[in-house]
Amino acid sequence: MQLFSSLWLWKLSCKGIIRTTTGQRHLKHTHTCFRKPQHKHLQRDQLQNSEDYWERRRRTIGLKEWDHARLSDPDWVCAGSAGLDAVGIWFRECTHDREEGTQSEDLRSAMGEFKVHRVRFFDYMPSGIRALAFNQDTERMAVARMDGSVEVFHCSDRFFQEKIIPGREQCGIEGLSWVGERLFSAGLNGGITEYDLTNQKVKYTIDAYGGPIWTITGNQQGTHLAVGCEDGTVKLFEVNEDQIQFERNLDRQKSRIISLSWHPSGSKIAAGMMDMIQVFNVETGHSIHRMLADRGAGTSRSKECVVWSVVYLSDGTIITGDSVGMVKLWDDQTGTLIKSHNVTKCDVLALSVSQNEDSLVAGTSEGIVVQFQFVSMVLEKDDKEWVRTRTFRNHTHDIRAVAEITTAVVSGGMDAQLVVRPLLDKIEVRSAASALRKIHFPHRRLVSCARKSGLMLFQYPGHLELWRLGESEGKGTPGSSLFVKRNPEKLLQLKVKGEDHIRCSAVSPCGGWIVYSTASTLRLYRLHCDNNNISITKISKLPKVLSSANQLCFSSDSSHLFSASAQSSVHIASLSQSGCKFVGTLKPKSGSHQAIHLLAASEDGKWLASANSDHEVHIYNLQTQKAHCTVPVYSSAVTAMGIHPATNCLFMMHADQQMFEYSIEQKQYTDWSRTVQRKGLHRFWVERDTPCLNVMFNPQNPSHVILHDMYMLCIIDQSLPLPDDKTQFYNQLTLKSLTEEQRKSQSHAFKVCKTFKDILCVELMPDQSLVVVERPLEDIATQLPAPIKQKKFAT
Amino acid sequence: MATLYEGYTLCGVGPVQNSSNIGILGVEQGRDIDYVLVTDSSRSITVYKVSDQKPTGSWSVKQGQIISCPAVFNTQSQEYVVVTDDRVVRVWKEDDVNLEKAFKATVSADVLRVLSATDSEPVVLFCCGAVRFLDSLLASPQQPIEDVLTEDEIIRWSTIVKAEHQLVVLFSTEQRGEHCLYVQRFNPNTLVKHRIETEPGLSAPISFSATCRGSNIHLLYLYLNGSVYESVLPFRSSSTGAEGVQALSCSLCLSLPLGEEKLMSGAAVVLDEAHVAVIGFPHPSAGACKDYLCIWNTHFQTLQASKEMAGRIYSQLWCYSGKLYVPHGKMLSVIPFDCQKSSLAAAMGKLKQTSRSGKDFSVEIWNICPNVKSALTVDQLVEHIKTSAVEDVQAEVGEFIRRAPQADLQLAAGRVALELVSRSQTDANFYPQCAFLQLLETRYLCYSVCPELLSLAMVKKDFHLCQIAFQIFSDIPEAVTCACLKAILSTPDLEMETVNLDTDSVIFMKELTQAHSRSDEEGGQLNGFCPPALESDVSDTPSNKLQRDPLSLDMSCPVGLHKGALLNEVLQTAYSDRSLLPHLKDLTVPQVIVFLQYLRFLYFKYSHDAHKQIRALRTPSISQIIDWVCLLLDAHFTVLAVAPEAKRLVFDLHKFVRSQVKLYAELGKIEGSLQVLKNSKQSEDFGMYAIQVIELF
Repeated sequence: MQLFSSLWLWKLSCKGIIRTTTGQRHLKHTHTCFRKPQHKHLQRDQLQNSEDYWERRRRTIGLKEWDHARLSDPDWVCAGSAGLDAVGIWFRECTHDREEGTQSEDLRSAMGEFKVHRVRFFDYMPSGIRALAFNQDTERMAVARMDGSVEVFHCSDRFFQEKIIPGREQCGIEGLSWVGERLFSAGLNGGITEYDLTNQKVKYTIDAYGGPIWTITGNQQGTHLAVGCEDGTVKLFEVNEDQIQFERNLDRQKSRIISLSWHPSGSKIAAGMMDMIQVFNVETGHSIHRMLADRGAGTSRSKECVVWSVVYLSDGTIITGDSVGMVKLWDDQTGTLIKSHNVTKCDVLALSVSQNEDSLVAGTSEGIVVQFQFVSMVLEKDDKEWVRTRTFRNHTHDIRAVAEITTAVVSGGMDAQLVVRPLLDKIEVRSAASALRKIHFPHRRLVSCARKSGLMLFQYPGHLELWRLGESEGKGTPGSSLFVKRNPEKLLQLKVKGEDHIRCSAVSPCGGWIVYSTASTLRLYRLHCDNNNISITKISKLPKVLSSANQLCFSSDSSHLFSASAQSSVHIASLSQSGCKFVGTLKPKSGSHQAIHLLAASEDGKWLASANSDHEVHIYNLQTQKAHCTVPVYSSAVTAMGIHPATNCLFMMHADQQMFEYSIEQKQYTDWSRTVQRKGLHRFWVERDTPCLNVMFNPQNPSHVILHDMYMLCIIDQSLPLPDDKTQFYNQLTLKSLTEEQRKSQSHAFKVCKTFKDILCVELMPDQSLVVVERPLEDIATQLPAPIKQKKFAT
Repeated sequence: MATLYEGYTLCGVGPVQNSSNIGILGVEQGRDIDYVLVTDSSRSITVYKVSDQKPTGSWSVKQGQIISCPAVFNTQSQEYVVVTDDRVVRVWKEDDVNLEKAFKATVSADVLRVLSATDSEPVVLFCCGAVRFLDSLLASPQQPIEDVLTEDEIIRWSTIVKAEHQLVVLFSTEQRGEHCLYVQRFNPNTLVKHRIETEPGLSAPISFSATCRGSNIHLLYLYLNGSVYESVLPFRSSSTGAEGVQALSCSLCLSLPLGEEKLMSGAAVVLDEAHVAVIGFPHPSAGACKDYLCIWNTHFQTLQASKEMAGRIYSQLWCYSGKLYVPHGKMLSVIPFDCQKSSLAAAMGKLKQTSRSGKDFSVEIWNICPNVKSALTVDQLVEHIKTSAVEDVQAEVGEFIRRAPQADLQLAAGRVALELVSRSQTDANFYPQCAFLQLLETRYLCYSVCPELLSLAMVKKDFHLCQIAFQIFSDIPEAVTCACLKAILSTPDLEMETVNLDTDSVIFMKELTQAHSRSDEEGGQLNGFCPPALESDVSDTPSNKLQRDPLSLDMSCPVGLHKGALLNEVLQTAYSDRSLLPHLKDLTVPQVIVFLQYLRFLYFKYSHDAHKQIRALRTPSISQIIDWVCLLLDAHFTVLAVAPEAKRLVFDLHKFVRSQVKLYAELGKIEGSLQVLKNSKQSEDFGMYAIQVIELF
């Protein structure tokens, strides 16, 4: 009977708290669970016996089979729909151990309360947006930032940031252009760069030999690129299969070429310059027309008028935006001004026309976007005119780039936010996808956490910072702040060698290793931390394959490093005191070669999951170093994933806010996941507009999954019923006002905490405390350069 | 609200030849919603384009032939179908010129009608009750036709209903005074016979109208006594059909008011789930003239719109795609209509409408009380009211109210009140105040149920009744409110004090006036209320400063307690200022001044004694008072500017309002500061790092 001394009878209550019960009538509950004996006390043969015993018991009770799947903890069995009689039998055989029971109970019922480290010392500064390029065919939006990084957003997948190509010092991108599915940029360093979007890196850079390049644009035919240079030349490059080649210069002008636009036919080019606009015949290279842009009146007459942006329409209209604040329409036949609109007192910096040329948006340095539409002045008549229609004010600073996509206006500028403003007249169904969207933070994690040692690693473009969390003293009531016994401490600042910016970084769970990778190098450091002495040693002889990584991850016991590399492969290196040794490479059996952006290792060191930008999730068995299986490909990108420590189920969050739980061992979606898909998620959950960026599990409570996005922190209790559209979704306040008993009937699986704002990262520490890294947008705003001074009423 | 728009004439109606006195055999839907097919009894069939009011095609039969049923358009084959001389089916196309040359087939039994629904094969209904699809009939025209009906059973009315691709033919028959409804369903063919059961004593239904809503057919039928009954039939038959006659349950959904004249005919057609158009019944407020087309709301039993029809009415009415087709006089008129979704507010005329012609609108609550279980039925009571003495009537009404069930009382109260009022109006000695009060106490009356009641009370100077009515009625028109206000203001205080009023309101007035004297004794402000010094005053007349302390405002009540109590009731009525303003102008100058004085008194009182809570059930709120002050100033601006006796009053009011404005400006500043404090507290800034505790449930 000693075998059953630790046999326990539990009941999963609706509240998600497991409590001991006394085995009375209310045990007739479908979720009655039994704890299997503690295996560690048993010899192997005893174990065998115990399995036999369980089998015998099952038959005695008359149960078809133990329902292991219901509980994620393998130490538990669930008696399915065991009736009262069966439970009775069990109960008589159980001996109680009150003390242990109450202890566990305390721990579990305290689950509702969390100690939270609110961290605001990560001074992340998003970089201003310099250029936008929209690819209609693939629905991708390329964004170039001031720091030289290029990002690709998927417009029809909730603007998920699919790809990030980190920038480098002194890169200064001025223009972006798609040619088919290839992406080119040009900048003030005088080079034209093509990007390898599959591996998310620069493919090559060639010099245009014309001084700084102000603009780059490809023709619609996809055959040529034109760049406008400081020396006054418009240079044509032929786009070949794997490279681009200089073809010729158009007639050289006296002043720099600021902006360019191809006529859709590809036969003419309009170029915006200082004080004038030139129209070139591409064939001959000669200028056809020269149109003079007026300087501003009064004192600004002495200042040159910069034609910041030009758009050439297929009907021969040339539209320009200039530093005087005018949007002007010109006729390319006669070279005359048709109409001019005074949009602003300061500069019109960017113009973009819609695909069907019936709408034009202009971004100004005041931070407003003005829309013009090509509409007929008299109903049902055909003589159309460009009319100023709408004004959008979503920016505080200069708008450097605008793009009109199918159903929205996308704008970006110095305030570093990408604003997607839907055009409601083009939207048929109102949905989450048609809401105003502001993207502030990257959709990647910039923070990694050494959970076992309380260290945080912050990734800046050019350096890394390692912080130790503070400590608190005493207990507090919910909502209160605790006394900080020890302040957080910056242990380390690691500056990157070379000009490349950091692509990814990680700190090992034990806190002993730091790794980062740029486009060209990967560096691994050993960190020694005895009391207050921090020392760091660079691991010098790294295996050759570890030259660069798209994503980095340590195993949970910090013994291995996983480095996602080209061709969707993952290299494994073992770490020891002596150094780093290459172990093997994991390759997917098939599928695309897109770069991996997410890695997740299981707690037991057995599994590794990788997700790439083609939405593929591969699972590898680390013991055999073979591909185990591939999760069915879902239509939306994976934004976060994690492997459950107890059940080894892979939990995935997607950009469209759907969630899936996939059992690695059974190679199928779990019942819970199927239930979620069948019942559907709550409207409010699906309508959130920022992706979930981290998936965590609570080892103390296997049914809890912790998620976060930019605005909230959510604990999903898988043992609770899912909310339907009629239930109140954000019900924390309601629940707070109810009694314990009432809460049971009111609570649902999604426990959303909106206390925190502008969240960059949330981590769960082993001591059940949460780390929430916030970066308040107000703080970012205060660090931005001052916007253009505007006269405001009564100031 | 439903609206009948201006109609127009589609065509003339030829001289009546046949025995049935009907000029038009039928109006049917043409090839699309803008076309109708008019079959007149003088041998011709004409297609009209309705929006152009122009015929686009016309065919006629030879002399000696008779068109025996309305022509229909077969939308499937784009052909017209008509039956001449009872047995000859003629089918022709739009471009056929001569009907004689068109296809014809002679069938073996008399055809009653050809019925056609859009996008389905027309159905031929024979006089004997048999039903055939047109194509199957034309395939073998001489096929034997079985007798469905017994020999002396005549079809009175028939229609076809289509929904969910399912056709149902309905026809009603009459046999020795018994009325039956047959429901013919297809696929499988089933014929179900229902007996129409209504209350005994009713004659034949004179008009039917069937619509399909959801999975049910709603059949509406109109009786000569003005009752409109509704029956609901399931669209798909559940029974096998061979079970014999089923009783057809029906419910009374409307009972139209009858005039004095005996009605001979009428017609009703369902417009939507709540509206029904009726012709041939008298307008409830237009006397005996019955040539009205009315739209009634069956949910709320209200008349929604009406239109007078010139000339003789034929009791024919068709409705296609938002237009009513009414033959009257020598023409066929098309009247577009619009039925908005009915709500109680709309039915009671209280919904805000952008355009609404007041004339078309009259509210009438009908009293349907089939079985009153009290000692007296409503009808009996009404009869008694007409003749009995005041005391008896009061006793009977009291008894009736006590014993009648709630639901019945709701319907009966209005009728009884109407009857009482009409007797009181004719008989000067008859004024059952108790009965009125009791009726009001039921709270089933509202102004529109019995509009005369309030004016009667005014005439009789029964201010108690007025007060109760003001408390209970929520729909008093602004004109009446003003008339009452005028009556109250013009009644001398002495006379008013004798009136027995609601004690609660009088106590309130007492407290209000006493509070004034008490606070006077205590020497003014208690709560430190101090309107900012009135600088202009001070600077202008420094010598007056001592005598005219800013606080020594005139705080005496300008009217008696009872008058005040009544005025309070007026202040609390609901009104719309735009409608009120013109009526407010009717007040005479002394009335305006007294009223304004009283409002000023209330305003001062409220402002001064803000700390005092006078417990009363109904008190005018400060915003109500100020609204009325504004209205009064708007309405009588010139009078107040010119009248010398108003000068002092306006001056005082201005002075006080100005001080209040200053006070509130200061309060605004305080509010701003407090807001900042509140905001700053919310954004608890913890700097760069904090360890907090959160709780999730």
